[in-house]
Amino acid sequence: MFMVPVADGVIEIIAGKARSKTGPIKLSDKLESLGLESLDVLELAFAIEEKFNIEIPFNANNPFEFTTVGELVKAVEGLIAQKTAPA
Amino acid sequence: MNRVVITGLGAVSPIGQTAASYWNALAAGRSGFGPPTIFPTGRLVTKVVAEVRDFVAGDHFDVRQIGFLDRVSQFGVVAARGAIAQSGLSFKEGLGERTAAIIGSGIGGQTTQDDNFRRFYGEGATRVHPLIIPRTMPSAPASQISMFFGIKGPTYAISTACASATHSIGQAFHLVRTGTVTCALAGGCEAQLTQGTMKAWEAMRILAPDTCRPFSADRKGMVLGEGAAILVLEALPHAAARGADILGEIVGFGMSADAGDLTAPDPDGMVRAMNAALADAALAPDAIDYVNAHGTGTTANDATETTALHKTFGDHARRLAVSSTKSMVGHALGAAGALEAVAVIMAIRNGVIPPTMNYLGPDPACDLDYVPNEARRRPIGAALSNSFAFGGLNAVIAMRRFTA
Repeated sequence: MFMVPVADGVIEIIAGKARSKTGPIKLSDKLESLGLESLDVLELAFAIEEKFNIEIPFNANNPFEFTTVGELVKAVEGLIAQKTAPA
Repeated sequence: MNRVVITGLGAVSPIGQTAASYWNALAAGRSGFGPPTIFPTGRLVTKVVAEVRDFVAGDHFDVRQIGFLDRVSQFGVVAARGAIAQSGLSFKEGLGERTAAIIGSGIGGQTTQDDNFRRFYGEGATRVHPLIIPRTMPSAPASQISMFFGIKGPTYAISTACASATHSIGQAFHLVRTGTVTCALAGGCEAQLTQGTMKAWEAMRILAPDTCRPFSADRKGMVLGEGAAILVLEALPHAAARGADILGEIVGFGMSADAGDLTAPDPDGMVRAMNAALADAALAPDAIDYVNAHGTGTTANDATETTALHKTFGDHARRLAVSSTKSMVGHALGAAGALEAVAVIMAIRNGVIPPTMNYLGPDPACDLDYVPNEARRRPIGAALSNSFAFGGLNAVIAMRRFTA
């Protein structure tokens, strides 16, 4: 089975939500500079959970703890690794 | 224009299934949070709700009636029955035609819909209950209250999410004030606690995992509740002529819409609704002693509402007592504003301000007097009750101690 690299998948999702991107999204981009509003972040988290079948522990009452795209990708990779490998 | 007084209160809440027991629990600072008993939580992260525990439909209705009544209508009818009993009114001799019933609900008969759709979609049931539609419709509680008590005047539901009940009370206030009707039953009911609803709220990531601590440091969100509250509104001349016990007076109603974000609160919309209620009541801001806040316990609402209170009241904001009774009954959505209006009327009548429970300490963004953790004796001349709904729909009512 071929897995889309996590970074590509996350960036593709972010690109669909970002309101103010000036060029291709890079790992060093800050999430807030991409014009993601509160409901966008909710939908972003949902889309990532669906794509990678993971649960992101995130409560909207706490600030989103990922500053850059790269940090988010790293967190998603970590959550995927935590899952039991499929048989 | 008639003055509009309150002559009856009814409530079904997680901390008391009559208006009197609900108020006593509020004044004692008792919270109604715990694990749900009416649905399983195995597939949920959130294990805490404010449920109306041990509500037994058979204590209030016969078997045939129960077939027509979703839990939301059961709550509504029981609350209305309590309010009417306290008022001493009978709607038999023509008064029914001069009485309105404006009953809010954000969701309607969620339990009926959930149970039957689950059976049909998930379990392959070949048939479903024949009364799902009239049990589920958001106007079912309004219709049921009309039928149970003979209310034949303007009767409808208002559905504005978390502001439904406050909009309903405000509309009823207008109908009585202008003389369109003599009396009105007004309030709201909600019974949306199901697995599916909980999952949907979890997806918004604003539910607290532990408890509701409005305006507090380290607050983690809202706790979903349920219940109903109904008020009897009456034109003052009618109430005075029959020597009714007048519990309080509604003096103003303000509404606004944010026309902004779907879920994020906006201080300016809140300010416009509060200012509209004060103007409608011809009350100066410094006449207000107490504000029963929307106070959901989310980071965003409580900070934004605090900002709005500063903007509306200026220096007087620091002298206000502000509390959120959602710290005890959770957020009952379309019933919330009615439960809170009952709390305000009882607070005015008793000279006791219900507390904001579960308060741990100040948050820099919430710097007012929230009456933390203990009820306070303080005479209240006038008060506001705030409701600010998803979708940017705001409603505020102003109430006052009755003096002839």
